Amino acid sequence: MAKITIDGRQYDVDETDNVLKVALSKGFDLPYFCWHPELHSVGACRQCAVKQYKNGDDTQGQIAMACMTPASDGSLFSISDNEAAEMRAQVVEWLMINHPHDCAVCEEGGECHLQDMTLMTGHTRRRYIGPKRTHRNQNLGPFISHEMNRCIACYRCVRYYRDYADGNDLRALGSHMNVYFGRDTDGPFENEFSGNLVEVCPTGVFTDKTLGAHYIRKWDLQNAPSICTHCSLGCNTSPGSRRGELRRIQNRYHGEINHYFLCDRGRFGAGFTTRDDRPRQPLSRSANNVLEPVAKDDAIAAVRQAIASGRAIGIGSPRASIEDNYALRHLLGAEHFVNGLSAAESRASHAVRDLLADNANHIATLREVESCDAVFVIGEDVTQTAPRLALSLRQSAKTKHFELARAANIPKWHARAVHEAGQHHYNPIFEATPAATRLQDITAESTHGDAQTIAQLAFAVASRLDSQAPAPSNVDDELLKRAEIIAETLRNATKPLIVVGTGLGDSDVVTAAGNVMKALTTANDAAQIFPTLLEANSLGMSLFDAPSIDHALTQVESGDVDTLVVNQNDIFERAPTHRVDAVLKNLKNLVVLDHSLTETTARADHVLPAGSFAEADGTLINNEGRAQRFFQVFISEGPIQETWRWCADLARALGRPVRWNGMDDLITAIVDELPQFAGIQDAAPSQSFRKAGMRFPRGTHRQAARTALYAEIDVRERRPEVDADSALSFSMEGYHGSELPSELLAYAYAPGWESNQQAITRFQDEVGGHLKMGDPGVRIMTSKDNGGYTKLPQTNSDGGGWRVAPRYHIFDSESQSARAPAIAERVNGRQITVNRASADKLGVADGDSLSITIDGDALSLPVAIDDSLGDQVIGIPIGSQGVSGVHAASQVEA
Amino acid sequence: MSVLSDAEIEEIRHEMALYEDPQAATIEALNVVQNHRGWVSDESLEAAAEVVGVTPTQMEAVATFYNLIFRKPVGRNVIMICDSISCYLTGYESVRDHLKTSLGIDFGQTTSDNRFTLLPICCLGNCGNGPAMRVGNDYHGNLTPETIDTILADYV
Repeated sequence: MAKITIDGRQYDVDETDNVLKVALSKGFDLPYFCWHPELHSVGACRQCAVKQYKNGDDTQGQIAMACMTPASDGSLFSISDNEAAEMRAQVVEWLMINHPHDCAVCEEGGECHLQDMTLMTGHTRRRYIGPKRTHRNQNLGPFISHEMNRCIACYRCVRYYRDYADGNDLRALGSHMNVYFGRDTDGPFENEFSGNLVEVCPTGVFTDKTLGAHYIRKWDLQNAPSICTHCSLGCNTSPGSRRGELRRIQNRYHGEINHYFLCDRGRFGAGFTTRDDRPRQPLSRSANNVLEPVAKDDAIAAVRQAIASGRAIGIGSPRASIEDNYALRHLLGAEHFVNGLSAAESRASHAVRDLLADNANHIATLREVESCDAVFVIGEDVTQTAPRLALSLRQSAKTKHFELARAANIPKWHARAVHEAGQHHYNPIFEATPAATRLQDITAESTHGDAQTIAQLAFAVASRLDSQAPAPSNVDDELLKRAEIIAETLRNATKPLIVVGTGLGDSDVVTAAGNVMKALTTANDAAQIFPTLLEANSLGMSLFDAPSIDHALTQVESGDVDTLVVNQNDIFERAPTHRVDAVLKNLKNLVVLDHSLTETTARADHVLPAGSFAEADGTLINNEGRAQRFFQVFISEGPIQETWRWCADLARALGRPVRWNGMDDLITAIVDELPQFAGIQDAAPSQSFRKAGMRFPRGTHRQAARTALYAEIDVRERRPEVDADSALSFSMEGYHGSELPSELLAYAYAPGWESNQQAITRFQDEVGGHLKMGDPGVRIMTSKDNGGYTKLPQTNSDGGGWRVAPRYHIFDSESQSARAPAIAERVNGRQITVNRASADKLGVADGDSLSITIDGDALSLPVAIDDSLGDQVIGIPIGSQGVSGVHAASQVEA
Repeated sequence: MSVLSDAEIEEIRHEMALYEDPQAATIEALNVVQNHRGWVSDESLEAAAEVVGVTPTQMEAVATFYNLIFRKPVGRNVIMICDSISCYLTGYESVRDHLKTSLGIDFGQTTSDNRFTLLPICCLGNCGNGPAMRVGNDYHGNLTPETIDTILADYV
């Protein structure tokens, strides 16, 4: 702790911070550009000039850059000093020399840090009348628009993209007066986290192209606090809408999860909600066998009839909320409900649930991952299945830089010096995956093999850490040597981390990770576990304790069930196509509630248009067992409503009493009936919560033209909708004060600070720390020690056959984001992968077409040689351009 | 098949072997290509990047930072005239104007006979003999419009 004085007042601060960070945390409006809480200081832009005094007698003082000045005990500063203020105004004037002043047509307008700083410094009149330099822009693909003329050369983009995200295709090109931030040629950024450039850039050089396609100003967007639904990590997002249409996804700060950054799948994947082919009306199959729109009441009557006359089973979904799934389970009865996961994924997800319960006190948050000093990734290609984790693992590797800097007396915020001290030294990350991954540039050592090999390696690591742990037999020496190195490194680490996932669909991999954790935590209480699952609510579904989709299919096959009611799920993703085909043919009724036109939707007899995350409230349980609430962004035109409301309508039609009229009732019912969900009621304030009698606004305080928003339809202003399910309002009115609960913070705006990454400062306990009112969500996993080590599984030693490696792709393997046009544009031509020896055996060359049978389904795709794969292993692409529901134990014939 | 010759690739690999981090040879790789070809085309830049193990964007960032790496074709003789303060004070402007007029080209241009390319440079380390210029690998100081004509006559 240090005491420093700013403008005559004394503050207690952390002496390892710099003066800029401290001043911002204490609420000062001190302008800056090149500094960022995650990118730290380089002192390049000279914008944060302050006056520093030697002592109390020094009246002259000297100009210092706040971001490059340590907050040492007893130091004296002035921000309001005239000379410092004049310098700051001058700096903005220089930076603005070449800026085109095109705010009126710039997509950054209204959330532009450059606008903010220009105003904050008082540079409101332009003096420069000379020519400006201009640039040619690049086509950077479907995500990001490029307008280099607006650049003020603060270098933030390169510092984020190169130094933080480890991307190699964005650089500062040229020099002195002619610097250009771009790629060598046109084309999309290769890094999976490029979308953050949109928010990191302090002006409009990089803007969101998907927003640009149907642009609206920040102040006119209707936002809601939301949770990303495209993987299991539960990153917080702030979707913005206008006139009942989703326009963009922006980052919503969560101090323990995503903090300032999202992955590109999360940021650009919401386009599935605005597709033309999306069911927006109830549909029923007509006499001539086509789905035709029907009135809501008729649809409910028809589905009621289908349920009442048949023997129905409900199929839940890991991409839908606890509430939606519970409502379906409630409608059809617990014994007629399956969790909607494939059999293999269900087993693996249940194993993760048990792993979390065993290690309830050792579950890392995504933020904690960044400070772990040795990592063992077991089985999962996290860049493709839980992308935001890959960005955090990159930071954990670079934590070594801070350690080396500390040893050299370099302050942690001195970004260039820290980088130079660190160079190519990284904390060790060990990966055991079927093939090389996108993290290979920072991994200490990678082991590639099939699921069984990976599990054996992990079991061997556990046995090396603790001799009580069962050791695998028949393991080759090479693998044992690797296990020894990994065990040694984990043992010597201060804060070792185990990452494991369900992507291989193999529960042995997960239980092996459990043994490693048990062995590690015996000796080191700081050891952490961070499991990943495949979908936003996969863990939530495992908590229902329901059977997998396999059970529903078997029931139809045995004739015990003739009606399926499917909630937001595509059965074709969960089981082999030939089997699903046969099951659907034997059904009397297929009822689908969904927001996407999936293969299952297309085969339905009745379709009820269900709300996506944008048109519904709900709770999701993320990979760390954290329950988080997402809120409806807008009320859609027409009959789209939450699955749970459809289920309530159907239950009433069936003459059953339904206790729930809103989210509060529904959540109470869930917790009463299923105590494992206790805690989800605390994930967010209840719908009746008010502050000073007020709701919490979705609209910004300066939403324009509200009275004329629908003027071309009716000149009278529409009455604002009333939210029956949450404490949020569908208007600009409501509580804007400093005690706004974090869970209900729909967007970040603060006086003088309009850009998202900067405005959020005013809602944090300190810059880059936790949200002042607490980071959203509650952990609901209760600790349960299962006792000893898990025994080794029976290994199948059939040797000769082909084995499957499911291969994921960030933009293709998650079914909903893959439907977003911008995301789909980034996927071209997925392939079956094999190593050269396997290719020779199969008699194919790179690029040839290969036909195989997988779990009885034919698959024909081009072959790509990937020599990182093991012998006899076939990499199968998971997703829209490959297959789904394939796992490590799938049967493949080539 | 790389667009680079075997000799170029071999020289680049040699430079890479001299550094702990092979990527440190990025500058030298560009020099190798330029020595062989007079300038660095997009295609040869991409090929050199592949040899060094960096992306073309990384290679481009280095190439465009240094004004001695030419990303456009240049004439047989490259004239670099110093425009920094010492030369400026000792008559840079008249030397510059004379060069432009007598060659009939502006900065960044090449004479139609491909004999000369004219470029500005910020310092040649020849401040005691300003105004100064470099032609090819030769340094010339104390320039006047008259001496320039004599000097350039030697470059064909």
